[in-house]
Amino acid sequence: MRSKQVKDLTKGTELTDMPVFRAKGLGKSYPGVRANDDVSFHVMPGEIHALLGENGAGKSTLVKMIYGLVRPDDGQMWLGDGAHAPSDPRVARTAGVAMVFQHFSLFDALTVAENIALGMENPPPRRELSARITKVSHDFGLPLNPARRIVTLSAGERQRVEIIRCLLQNPRLLIMDEPTSVLTPQEAELLFATLRKLAAAGTAILYISHKLDEIRSHCDRATILRHGKVVDSCDPRAHSARDLAAMMVGGQMRQIDRSGRQPGAVLLEVRALSQPAPNAEGTALKDIALTLRAGEILGIGGVAGNGQEELLAALSGEVRSTPGTVTLEGADLSATGPEPRRVAGLLSAPEDRLGHAAVPDFSLTENTLLTAGSRKSLVRGGLIDHKAARDYALAVIEGFDVRTPGPHVAARALSGGNLQKFVIGREVMQNPRVLVVNQPTWGVDAGAAASVRQSLLDLARQGAGVIVISQDLDELLELSDRFCALNEGRLSPPVPTDGLTLDRIGLMLGGAHGMEEAHL
Amino acid sequence: MITLIPRQSASTGWQIATPVMAVLATMVTGGLLFALLGHDPVAAIRTIFWDPLFGPAASYSRPQLLIKAAPLILIASGLAIGFRAGIWNIGAEGQYIIGGLTGAAVALALYPLEAWWLFPLMVAAGLAGGWAWGMIPAMLRNWFGASEILVSLMLVYVAQRIAAWMAFGPMRNPDGMGFPGSRNLQQYPSAANPELIAGTGAHWGVVAAAAAVLATWFLMSRHIRGFHIRAAGTAPRAARFAGVRPQTLVAFCLGLSGALAGAAGLFEVAGPAGQVTDKLGVGYGFTAIIVAFLGRLHPVGILLAGLLLALTYIGGELAQLTMSLPAATVQVFQGMLLFFLLGFDVLTRYQIRRRRTA
Repeated sequence: MRSKQVKDLTKGTELTDMPVFRAKGLGKSYPGVRANDDVSFHVMPGEIHALLGENGAGKSTLVKMIYGLVRPDDGQMWLGDGAHAPSDPRVARTAGVAMVFQHFSLFDALTVAENIALGMENPPPRRELSARITKVSHDFGLPLNPARRIVTLSAGERQRVEIIRCLLQNPRLLIMDEPTSVLTPQEAELLFATLRKLAAAGTAILYISHKLDEIRSHCDRATILRHGKVVDSCDPRAHSARDLAAMMVGGQMRQIDRSGRQPGAVLLEVRALSQPAPNAEGTALKDIALTLRAGEILGIGGVAGNGQEELLAALSGEVRSTPGTVTLEGADLSATGPEPRRVAGLLSAPEDRLGHAAVPDFSLTENTLLTAGSRKSLVRGGLIDHKAARDYALAVIEGFDVRTPGPHVAARALSGGNLQKFVIGREVMQNPRVLVVNQPTWGVDAGAAASVRQSLLDLARQGAGVIVISQDLDELLELSDRFCALNEGRLSPPVPTDGLTLDRIGLMLGGAHGMEEAHL
Repeated sequence: MITLIPRQSASTGWQIATPVMAVLATMVTGGLLFALLGHDPVAAIRTIFWDPLFGPAASYSRPQLLIKAAPLILIASGLAIGFRAGIWNIGAEGQYIIGGLTGAAVALALYPLEAWWLFPLMVAAGLAGGWAWGMIPAMLRNWFGASEILVSLMLVYVAQRIAAWMAFGPMRNPDGMGFPGSRNLQQYPSAANPELIAGTGAHWGVVAAAAAVLATWFLMSRHIRGFHIRAAGTAPRAARFAGVRPQTLVAFCLGLSGALAGAAGLFEVAGPAGQVTDKLGVGYGFTAIIVAFLGRLHPVGILLAGLLLALTYIGGELAQLTMSLPAATVQVFQGMLLFFLLGFDVLTRYQIRRRRTA
């Protein structure tokens, strides 16, 4: 492990050159989570500066503060030599900050020029604007016809519209939020060529990503965030992807107790599971295979949007698959819906608590009926036993220490952590044979997260199989016996967690496929 | 400046209060409207809302209350279930017409057979006809993603044309000396839907409406299917997670509301209307939408709202007769009622706060 070189980041390294942007001691809290804590860094003119970190590390909150979407609780920012405290994005734009978001905000039915004009405070006449668009797109190597309608453009071309919209403001600082996530490799190369030209012209670029390869090959400097704090700052070209991954996910492995669990017979078997993407934003599942034994916890890691939700839906029964793809203890469940799977013992808890795992407007009592009707005999012959449902809700509240005035309270009135404990508890207390959970501790405070994890370990100790899908690598290492990475709808072969180093996990997830990276 | 702040959960007090406020606001605005037209507003309101029940001619108009309320309640009970699930059947009027036609077709085909089972068979045919007409938008939505709102609404106009064709063509009374319209079913004992208790207006449709209120209350509050319907309306993904197939729910809701509307049509054709004419549809299917919302999609609310809307029908007719108010009065009143209800509904989901602008 490389020793940490924590520097005084607020001082410019080159005294002759003034930083374009400086932040000192920035902090921002949301209920239950410290999104940013004492964040200090600076960006020099002509620099492509990477903000590197896992999901939830605080990258988004940080750039939202710079762009005026979120107000910092404490700390200061400077743009050039003036204080930068934007009250809204318009002020930030006027000051010279531009941002290209991950999700585009374009009107499909309008042309490129019309869309750009809509985003400007004082758009010039259409003819002049079109000429300027053509000039900028030519200067920076971003081919784009101002008269084309958005609906006819590819994702990469749409991004160019957003970039040109920013460039027309002559920004001093350009923020790009995971820009290559929607691009083909060729489009990404084109984008980097453009960013190089922009940087050469003196624009500072703040580049957010968790893709280690592209940061190593294109960025001049990297500031690494973990749990809302700056943990390091370095020249990414001078480090291997392995080093960067270690900095990103944190140095040491946690000592955990996995005692008392014996891998038993195979419970769940998934073979050759392929599913088309459910919608335009979804991910197709490609030839997924996994086995899960009794008493075992299988961890599935991956960056959001790589098929996690789709995999859970295929296992829960919300989406049915071709025969023979999902079997539980020899019984083929591929063609059955969620309810028969629950009866068979295959239970699940989706990531989205409000609206997917629970009905926000329903009471906790009613929310037990969502999944526990059959296994807990809350529904018999189609008739609801309200008293039994209430008793079960009370049992979950007590068993999982859910802080709430009572089972009559609507799900939406509970805090995230308490509702998560209720949702997990509702499934765990049904004694499933196999439980599949997605992001079991996402947005949950540390205490609740610990108790949720403990309950999953206890469940496995009693002989159930558990699949934990998560983006939290610490969590996966703490819980799982074997680890798979989910990448663009493909599941890697499992690797035993014992002896697995964090940097190898980082590589499995960061887009540097397999161990090819080690040769670089 | 006034700002709206969303409530944590919908206020129960306001949910009951807003329909009452909507009725009062409709009366006040209606009164203003009558005053502008040169009528005595107090007398007009009294004619519409009071005289049908307690006025000098009440003994004639009171039975009308149940006759008009029964189809409204029967149709609205079915619609409310779909509305709870976010499935919008706007075409109950069409299902009502088709149900009336299929029910009457059974009687006309078997005329002059007299048998105890004829009327039950007609009811079954009415249910089936409405169900089938409701399944058209359901299947088009499930197979092609077509909006059930548009399809069900457009099918109303198709049903109206079919009714006209039937009245002038295949179902025309052969003994009717060329007049349009079918045989009068009220004069065909086995097929008639008679007044069960003299002077009340209660026919089999009233019994069916009462049964529908009880059955839908049971379904929505005691049965897991009702629970799934409510879940699907507020959190569709959670409902899918629970095991609800959206396609099944669409078919169930449109089929059920169609069947109930079809039964209402049959009771009308065999009873108060008596025969198939080109004017079989009189707007019950549309008014039932107002009834469903005014009744908060709740069976008891629908019962009360159905009676109230029936009152506006009778009162409106009375006002036409005695005060020569325009015939559109009823529609204006019903429209205002829905308008004010939706407006006041904001109060159930939001709090109003006054805020000083800086």
